[in-house]
Amino acid sequence: MGLENRNSGNVFRAGWFSLFTILALGLGLVASPALAKNPLLDKYPTAKVNTTGLAITDDVVTVGQLHSVSGTMAISETGSVEAERLAIKQINDMGGVLGRKIEIIQEDGASDWPTFAEKAKKLLVKDKVASVFGCWTSASRKAVLPIFEKENGMLYYPTFYEGLEASKNVIYTGQEATQQIIWGLDWAYKQGARTFFLVGSDYIWPRTSHKIARRHIENHLKGCKVVGEEYYPLGHTNFNSLINKIKLKRPDCIYSIVVGGSNVSWYKQLNAAGITGESLAKKNKLFLTISTTEDEILGIGGKNVAGFYACMKYFQSLDNENNKAFVKAFKEMWGDDSVIGDVTQAAYLGPWLWKYTVEKAGSFDIDKIAAASPGVEFKGAPEGYVRIHENHHLWSKARIGKMLENGQFEVLVESEDLIEPDPFPEGYK
Amino acid sequence: MKLLESGVVSENRKHIISFIILAATLLLVFPLVFDIFRLNLVAKYLSLAFAAVGLVICWGHGGILSLGQGVFWGLGGYCLAAFLKLEAAVNIANEAGTDQIKALTTVGLPDFMDWNQITELPYIWYPFKSFPITLICVLIVPGIVAFIIGLAIFKRRVSGVYFAIITQALCWIMEILFVTRQGWTGGINGITDLRTCLGWDIRTQAAQYTLYFLTAGLLLAVILFSKKILSSKLGQLLVAIRDMEDRVRFSGYDVSNFKIFSFCLAAMISAVGGALFVLNVGFMSPKLVTIAPSIYMVIFCALGGRESLIGVVYGTLIVCFGRTYFSEQFPELWMFLMGGIFIVVTVACPKGLAGLFESHGAKALAFLKKFLKIENLASKDKKEVEA
Repeated sequence: MGLENRNSGNVFRAGWFSLFTILALGLGLVASPALAKNPLLDKYPTAKVNTTGLAITDDVVTVGQLHSVSGTMAISETGSVEAERLAIKQINDMGGVLGRKIEIIQEDGASDWPTFAEKAKKLLVKDKVASVFGCWTSASRKAVLPIFEKENGMLYYPTFYEGLEASKNVIYTGQEATQQIIWGLDWAYKQGARTFFLVGSDYIWPRTSHKIARRHIENHLKGCKVVGEEYYPLGHTNFNSLINKIKLKRPDCIYSIVVGGSNVSWYKQLNAAGITGESLAKKNKLFLTISTTEDEILGIGGKNVAGFYACMKYFQSLDNENNKAFVKAFKEMWGDDSVIGDVTQAAYLGPWLWKYTVEKAGSFDIDKIAAASPGVEFKGAPEGYVRIHENHHLWSKARIGKMLENGQFEVLVESEDLIEPDPFPEGYK
Repeated sequence: MKLLESGVVSENRKHIISFIILAATLLLVFPLVFDIFRLNLVAKYLSLAFAAVGLVICWGHGGILSLGQGVFWGLGGYCLAAFLKLEAAVNIANEAGTDQIKALTTVGLPDFMDWNQITELPYIWYPFKSFPITLICVLIVPGIVAFIIGLAIFKRRVSGVYFAIITQALCWIMEILFVTRQGWTGGINGITDLRTCLGWDIRTQAAQYTLYFLTAGLLLAVILFSKKILSSKLGQLLVAIRDMEDRVRFSGYDVSNFKIFSFCLAAMISAVGGALFVLNVGFMSPKLVTIAPSIYMVIFCALGGRESLIGVVYGTLIVCFGRTYFSEQFPELWMFLMGGIFIVVTVACPKGLAGLFESHGAKALAFLKKFLKIENLASKDKKEVEA
């Protein structure tokens, strides 16, 4: 009422400009109730879709985003933050979830696991968010997991990881270890690799992965053996003694799970020692990694890695319609020089899977989402197609890419079928 | 002489008043003002304040700048976390609703050992099967580490910057040790998912209230205990060593013994905080044993005033509140804001908040008293200021 009066006074004082203003305002007044009204509200009243007091109104649903935007992990997690924001923007443009626009509360995990725990609790207890997209390292996930289970929240976790976990309160949109390892090793076997040298950063993911790799090599690949297995602390930068060992053992396949900043020195020192993609190819040998994506190559430099192979489920250069649209939208939103790695794509799946799950369940309640998750599909996934398994991991394909000088991958082959996630592989117990 | 005595009395009274204010803030104001989520955060901050109190003894009064206080704090935490983890591992089969049961092959063995292909409990974990022994370990393990370091360094008369650098190196060593021995320590993940302590669920709201009061109460007790030590002859000797080491040595004292004592005491006080942190937060991480938290602890003291047992508690609370508040409000910018505050405070008041209170607070108090026409007391205070 007061607003109208003030503006009608303005008309007589200040000509056309104000006239436009009042017209616009008038339009807004007429239009806004229509806009604000959630078209699906009758079918999905808030009282029905939100029985546990989450932060959901008739028009808005609040979600949390918990990644490191400061500290050593920020460089890796930024891609995930951007992908999730893109997905949420696209979902909002399509009309939101059950007619409700998604709003984000972002928190900084600061590359510090106790901080992750504090912020996760804040998001769940104070903000009552409907779901959380976040975490990257296993350590951060382990730090927040008890909180998600205790406070009954839902976490969409994007990173490929070691498995040995399947929580009701987590959807794992990355690959667990077997999905990435076994098919890739079979591929290396077909290329003629018979001896393998396993290299890794010293923590749970590389160790568990190598355990699975060793078991597969020794028990399932005929005539194959592991000739070395070495671990180095996170952040380690001197790989010369390791390279000497590798030269001594002459493995057909160097199988690498070196992560983070160590990658730069690892690849550069390999090159300096004469181990390059080209030199290996001449001897019919190969270098295979499951830890180097487009994001890492940006820091390492394409010419240092050209000719090496990686086994992932997604590469930016993947040739399908979904991916072309995704890459285009990503670059429009975050700049032309941004690159998209495997984890970034997995992070993009999170909000979409959550949207489809909520729509399937017809409710935002965590228990109902957890129950409805198995079987939820995302046909528009940039990696092609994914579906949630009963153990809350994704059915997805595996692919081999060859690293190119321009920092991209040439996709060589992909698995024929979707690979079943198996976070508790047999033979482990 | 009489003047001096009355000065001491007044000094004491001032300490008592500020102690009562602190106690009232912690035990009454915070629980009334904050909800349980914030109160739990305060409990976390207060458990860090133990390390700051330890630093007041060894740095503020003893002149030994330790940049590795987080190590002792963390060792205390790890000891208790080990006990809680064993309890969780024993009870895990009884707990429904998690898939850990599936992941766990050996009941009674912590989950991370299982992931690291360790099939039997390492001997180093045996003491943590018993609660009393664990409590002793919480104090003794950091105490012994501090004693060995102190013995090796102070007996050789290494001090000052060199000592600070060595403690910094100690942080590195500890972090590498805890991260690389992951079968024994949980590696970079730390020891997570702690649920009960002697069957008492530490994650419930009621438990968190209890733990808050336990933390605040123990902190106040430790402050009183430290005050007692610092105002004894021993405390005066520490200050003497800080200000004129050679003269104390020439007077016939074995300086290194006193240094070792204050260093060990500081380590053990910190360790109590670490153990309380584990109870309040429910896990322990090698990120807490490394350099950054140790530096934070020194910042608590620098901000609160490194000679003041009570000032450092406020210093801790302000830094931690600032950290939480800024990172919630400005998740992408908060580090710059914190950095800015540290620079402003150290430039503006080099003696910390306690120093600010000393220099301006006394005047303000005197003015206030005059205003309230208690001239007799005010003049006494003035004399003390002049002295």
